[in-house]
Amino acid sequence: MAARAERARAQVRRIGARVLAGVGVLWGAATLSFLALHATAGDAALATVAGDGANPTQAVLERVRQDYGLDLPLHRQYLNYLGNLLTGDLGESYQQRISVTRAIGEQLGPTVALALSAALLALVLAVTVAVFTAGRRRWVRSTASGVEVVIASFPTFVLGLLLLIVFSFRTGWFPVSGNDGFSALVLPAVTLALPIAAVLGQVLRAELEDVLEQPFILTARTRGMRDTAVRVRHALRHALIQIVTMSGYMIGTLLGGAVITETLFVRRGVGQLMLTAVTTKDIPLVLGVVLFAAAVYVVVNLVVDIVYGLVDPRVVTA
Amino acid sequence: MTALDVPVAAVPTATSPTARRRRSRRRAIRPGVALAAVFLVLLVVAALVPEWLAPQDPLALSPDGAFLPPGPGHLLGTDQTGRDVLSRIIHGARPTLILGLGATALAVTGGTLLGLLAGIGGRFVEGTLMRLVDVALAVPDLLLALVVITLVGTGTSNVLFAVAFASVPYYARIVRAQVHVVRRATYVEAATTLGLSRSAVIARHVLPNALKPLVVLATIRIGDAIANGASLSFLGLGTPPPAAEWGSMLSTGIQYISNDWFMLAVPGLAITLTVLAVTVVGRDLRRRSEGRAS
Repeated sequence: MAARAERARAQVRRIGARVLAGVGVLWGAATLSFLALHATAGDAALATVAGDGANPTQAVLERVRQDYGLDLPLHRQYLNYLGNLLTGDLGESYQQRISVTRAIGEQLGPTVALALSAALLALVLAVTVAVFTAGRRRWVRSTASGVEVVIASFPTFVLGLLLLIVFSFRTGWFPVSGNDGFSALVLPAVTLALPIAAVLGQVLRAELEDVLEQPFILTARTRGMRDTAVRVRHALRHALIQIVTMSGYMIGTLLGGAVITETLFVRRGVGQLMLTAVTTKDIPLVLGVVLFAAAVYVVVNLVVDIVYGLVDPRVVTA
Repeated sequence: MTALDVPVAAVPTATSPTARRRRSRRRAIRPGVALAAVFLVLLVVAALVPEWLAPQDPLALSPDGAFLPPGPGHLLGTDQTGRDVLSRIIHGARPTLILGLGATALAVTGGTLLGLLAGIGGRFVEGTLMRLVDVALAVPDLLLALVVITLVGTGTSNVLFAVAFASVPYYARIVRAQVHVVRRATYVEAATTLGLSRSAVIARHVLPNALKPLVVLATIRIGDAIANGASLSFLGLGTPPPAAEWGSMLSTGIQYISNDWFMLAVPGLAITLTVLAVTVVGRDLRRRSEGRAS
């Protein structure tokens, strides 16, 4: 009883520490973002008034500065900025004249659909290939890992281009671009998923091969369990825990890859939004997307961390 | 039963000549690695003296016409304005290598300085620097590079800087961890006991030993730097056309994807093969260095 209470307390302490660390990272990101905004805000008032080529009067500039709080002392501006972030206000886009939060919100759906389907596809591919190739004959393993190294070497946009050429322009199986329906999602999702699947597959196979050497696998085999069942029911379960630690890498690749994939396939989404913001020097929008990405990263990692600790109690004591 | 006798056979008797021979045979160069190395050598030659390999001027318009398929006059065909694609690919090796090597060197230098500062600085310096690194690591590399591009503008050297900037935190974290390991090593303690000054210990013992594992990691990451730089170039943020640069060849070529896909496939494969070759050689280096360390 005492031991269980002790463990629960350790669990809570661990989760608390993780939450604090996550908040710290986001606070740091917000501070850096504020500094970047401030350093480039010399003509922020100008940019807000009318964009390039405008020649507003001094009075108008003063008004805009006042409206945006640019006349306040720096620490007040900083506190205002943090306060706004807490309420989900990421500021105003220079170019689009709408709030950054709304701009991101409008584009979020297609990107989430793309990222989730790519993640799922990558996992399924990696698990399938790893389960069927781990610990097999030499040529099976070296072929699989060779293919994985080659696929992982393809930059996202080259892979996407090849898929476009083969499956859209040559065969006409899938649409070239757009957001409509499932068939428009297939090629972008595959483009995003393949490199991730290749990297996950390598890690997973190494992990599976380690687990397959363990005594409990031998025990399961001596009980007369089939090979496939041993691999799926016993080995895979252990190896999957390891995959969970790759979540950070996956999010990074998915979000970064979304910019490329959405541009290549002319899909609506946060990636497109980001690129447009970069080319139009819309700094609040760029930083807003980056803060959003950092928040996604922190939250997903936090959830993964907590679940990981609950699934595998060794993490807590270690 | 095989599980039992494998470790026994693997225990090396350091002096036995058979064991040494067996190990040297295992270290024999694999065909894939050799192929990758040959490709990289070709790439370096193309980067240093493209005129030796390129049949034509990469910017000269050919009188034979545009969108030519691969043929005897133009081994890889011509592009939308009739320039020889093969010559452009060969001339594109130099910017690609400069980007990969330059960005990696810059990132390693920056990362080493930060990591060293964090590793030997006080608790406050270390805390601040490593929290900054945590923040940077929470943002995907490409987005970080895009922020830099937004702030400093587009262009060849800015892309190099952006790619380098995005991987500084990665190196900083490794160097710091390494400095912590090395600092507790016996030889550092010995040097300090012998009366060497702090800076001498750092310069002569801590730094070289902390950097050793970095060399191999950096080699592998050159491929990533090339891929990231090409991605930015493809997004239209790097070298503007008509320069012979692989990423921008792709971003121009995509307009003609429906009538001449071959023009796209060539620079795409050039980038991929380069990244692949760097990765294969880098991994081989890692395997060898790990073998030596154990």
